[in-house]
Parts: sequence; C-alpha cells; structure tokens
Amino acid sequence: MKSALGTDMLLVWKRQKEKVFLVLATLALLFSLVVLFTLIIDAFLDGLPRLNLKFLTSFPSRKPEEAGILPAMVGSIYVTVLTTLFAIPLGVGSAVYLEVYAPKNRLSAAIESSIATLGGVPSIIYGMLGLELFARVLQLGRSLLTGALTLALLVLPIVIVSTRESLRAVPQSLWEAALALGATRWQALKDQILPVAFPGILTGIILTVSRAIGEAAPLIMIGALTYVAFLPRGVLSPFTTLPIQIFNWVSRPQKAFHANAAAGIIVLLAITLSLNALSIVLRNRLEKRAPRTL
Amino acid sequence: MKETQRVLRRAKKEEAFVRHLFFVFSLVAIFTTLGIIGMLFFESFLFFRKVNVLPFLTDTQWTPLFYEQHFGILPLLCGTLLTTGIAVLVAAPLGILIAIFLSEYATPRTRNICKPILEVLAGVPTVVYGYFALLFVTPLLKRVIPSLAGFNALSPGIVMGIMILPLVSSLSEDAMHAVPQSLREAGYALGSTKFEVATKIVFPAAFSGVTASFILALSRAIGETMLVTIAAGSMPQLTLNPLVPVMTMTAFIATVSLGDVPAGTLEYQTIFAVGLVLFLFTFFLNLIARRLRQRFREVYQ
Repeated sequence: MKSALGTDMLLVWKRQKEKVFLVLATLALLFSLVVLFTLIIDAFLDGLPRLNLKFLTSFPSRKPEEAGILPAMVGSIYVTVLTTLFAIPLGVGSAVYLEVYAPKNRLSAAIESSIATLGGVPSIIYGMLGLELFARVLQLGRSLLTGALTLALLVLPIVIVSTRESLRAVPQSLWEAALALGATRWQALKDQILPVAFPGILTGIILTVSRAIGEAAPLIMIGALTYVAFLPRGVLSPFTTLPIQIFNWVSRPQKAFHANAAAGIIVLLAITLSLNALSIVLRNRLEKRAPRTL
Repeated sequence: MKETQRVLRRAKKEEAFVRHLFFVFSLVAIFTTLGIIGMLFFESFLFFRKVNVLPFLTDTQWTPLFYEQHFGILPLLCGTLLTTGIAVLVAAPLGILIAIFLSEYATPRTRNICKPILEVLAGVPTVVYGYFALLFVTPLLKRVIPSLAGFNALSPGIVMGIMILPLVSSLSEDAMHAVPQSLREAGYALGSTKFEVATKIVFPAAFSGVTASFILALSRAIGETMLVTIAAGSMPQLTLNPLVPVMTMTAFIATVSLGDVPAGTLEYQTIFAVGLVLFLFTFFLNLIARRLRQRFREVYQ
C-alpha cells in the first residue's frame, strides 16, 4: 500500500512538472508574440502622426516637420530591383548547375563550401567588399550600381540554397519521364522541372527581396549618402535607402526626428512584413499540395 | 530527316551553352569568398605593417581616431562579447522551450500558426530593432534600473536575443524533429511520461543539433551591426558592466565608414583589421556548427 501511495505521489509530481513546462513554453511563445506586437504598436504610436502624403513625397530636410522619405523610397526600389536582377539569374543558375550538372570533383566541392561559408559572413563584411572592389577597384564610386552589386552578393547564398531545395522537391519521376522521351537536361529543366519548382523558387526570391529592402549595414559601408536631396539619375548616381534614412533619423538627438524615424519604420515594416506574409502563404499552399504531386 | 537532325543539334548546342553559362555563374560564389578573404588579409597586412600584432591583441585601449593612438582590440571584443552574451542568454532558454513545445507537444495546427509568427520576428529589419531597443526598451529598463545609461549593452543585447530567437527555435526544432520515433516509443514502453521522453530522450539525442543552433545564433549576433550601432553606443570600454555604453567591432566599422575615410590611410586599414577578426570569429563558429549538424545527420540517417 505504502509503495502504491509513493507511486501515486510520483505520478502527481510528474504531471505537475509537465504542467509547469507547458505553462513556461506557452509564456515563451506569448513573450515573442508580445514583443512583435509591442514593436509594431510602438512604431505606430510614435510615427503615425507624421505619416501623411507630404511625408511620402518630400525630400529630407533639416527641419523635421518638413522632412520626407521620397528619395529614400525611390532609392530602395531602385537598389532592390537592380539587386534582384543580378542575384536571381546568378543564384538560380548556380543552383541548377550544382543540382543538375556539377560533376563530383574538387571544384564542385569548393563551390559548395564557398556557398556555405558565404552564408555565414556578416553583412557588414559584404559592405567592405563592395567598398574595396566595386567602389574603389572598379571605380563605380558610391553609386546605386555598387550598392546593388554588393547586396546581390549578400543575398546570393540565400537564393542558391532556397532554389536548390525547390529543385530537390521535384519528384524524380518527372526527370526520368522527360529524359526517357529524349529531352536534353536543359529541355527537361526548362519545360518540366522549373515550372514545377517555380512557386518554391518564388518563395525564396520574395524572402530575398524582403531581406534586401531591410538591409542597411553594407550600404552604410559603401557610403550610401545619408543626406540626399535628389532622386537617383541613372545607375551611377549616389542614393539613399529607407533603412539608412531611418538610421540617420534615429541617431539624432531631437525627438521630432525620432518621430520621422518611426513613420519611416511603419512604411518599411509594411513592405517587409507583407512580403514575409506573402512568402509564408505561398509556402503553406505548396506544403499542402505536396502529397498530391507524388 | 535533316530537319530532325537540325533540331537535335540545336538542342545539344543549347544544352552545352546553358551548362557552361551556369558553371560560370556558380564560380561567382568562389570568387566572392576569395575576394572577401583576399581583401581582409591584404588591407590587414598593410595595417599590421604600421601597428604591431601584440599591442593589437593585448592593449586595453582602442583610440584609433585620437591624437594618442591606441590599437587594442580587446575593448571592441569585450563590447561584442557582452551584447552577444546577453543575446544568447535570452535566446537559448526561450528557444529550447519553444522548440521542445513545437516538436513534441504542439498539434500540426498550432505549429502552423506559431512558426510563421516566429519567422516574422526574423524578418524585421535590424534598424527597426535598433529603434525599438534605443527608444522603447532602454527607457522601459531605466524605470527598473535607474543607473542605466542611454546607450548600453543590456537593452540591445535583450532585443538581439529576440531577433535570434527564431533561428535557435527553428533549428533546434528541426534537430528534435529528426530524432527517430523508435527512441520515443522505447521511452513510452518503459513507462515514461511525455515530458520525460522530451527532456531525457529527445533533447539529449538532439543535443548536438541544439548546440549547433546556439552557435549559429551566436555567430549571427556577433555580425549584427545596426542594432548595436544605434543602441549600444560608441564608447570602446574594457568592461563587463552591461549598464554603460560600449562599442562592438561591427559598430566601430560602421561608425568609421559613416565619416568619409580616404582609402590607404591607417583609419581605412583599421576597419579591415577589425573586419578580419570579425570574419575569423564568424567563420570558425559556422564551421563548428556545420560539423556538429553533419555529425547529427550521420547518426540518425
């Protein structure tokens, strides 16, 4: 009897531990949720009064109430479009080469380990590469082109890794069917494999775009100007971007500029978070459909 | 007949063209890696011709822009260690709790709701985190700790912990998810509760994967720039006090490049020397994490 009671107590104690754990885990999840919402609400409370059409269409100014984010937004759009133009062909091409064509040799292994290494390099170091290689050696200066090339190298590993995952998810039978009909590997890729892998690749690209829009450190390294009172004229023009403009306003002591920063943050968050949401929705739909393709 | 041959020849040509083109594309990754390593070592070499390695590693002051120049990297390392240490202290326990919950307890529905929210946290631009740390978290903490300075290591450290939390939780969850079901069932057969299976079987079995997630998160935190540049200050101090302004390696690089530093000067070379140290840290941390994850995969596949 005594030992049975002991076992009972032990079981109760075990259940208690389990409950405590579940409460703690829920709290941890809630905590991250609360932080996310606090961050968004804080930006809205500070910045919403400043957010109006004039703010979106004005140039930066020494007077905080007159300053706006027009050149920063235009600069962000230009840099992001250019970055994707460079990064997508390079990234998707590299991914296809590694998944489909690469022979098993030391060069392929070197490419693989380069990509793994690049994935872990801090973004600011890409900025140093951009400063040294594009701005100085190639004499592109502190231009849109330098910024876009730098960011393209930065996001390249992300594009490659996500594209390879999407390619690998395509059923092998599709390959075999196409090749059995006498297609070359490129024909199979172009007409069968890439269309099937496309939504997955697109998800990766959307995340890449979101990353490029939010990136500030490498662009600061290459000296993207923080005071730009004009719109970029061509790819060799100096520029600024939204995150850099926000950084510039946050680092000033005046409260009025902080409100500007918050208003800029609302715009930036609206863009990056909706891109993130889009990629999540896309991926969830893919995951649901995955079994059917088998 | 001739027509077929023509089509075939064209297809073959296309195939060869594409293969060569994509091969050249994939070389970009190698050249980028070589470019980064080459540039860091080259400019650092120029730096170390003017400044000795020994004081660089042992001097306790970092004042490269003052009249009396000191080039001791220890204060910058200290600033980086302090902010990232706090970040990992925040992210590790929260990340493990969430990972165990998502991998062992959550229904697929709960998981499908929770994981995207965590991913959104990872998608917030770092300048936004900087703003949040400087203008929300620091004033909030000041109410509890009145001696907290406006710029400090504590607040960006905590916010950075939240920033890297999704990395820890999702990689740890992957590792736990990969633990074979048979191990869990063996545990249940011996009369273990779900909690015991989670903490005494799954967690130890996934330990190398979990450790890898910590190391990757640490490496990410070390390289983080905007958050610490905005909220941690720009005062290189050899201190472990999280309440005072510090300067991290990344913040130094960013701050120097904000001013227009002419190439070839010692100031210019200084950022590359610091960049080299930063690169070496993240490189080896990533290497260790990769090895750990590889070993983990080998055991369970």
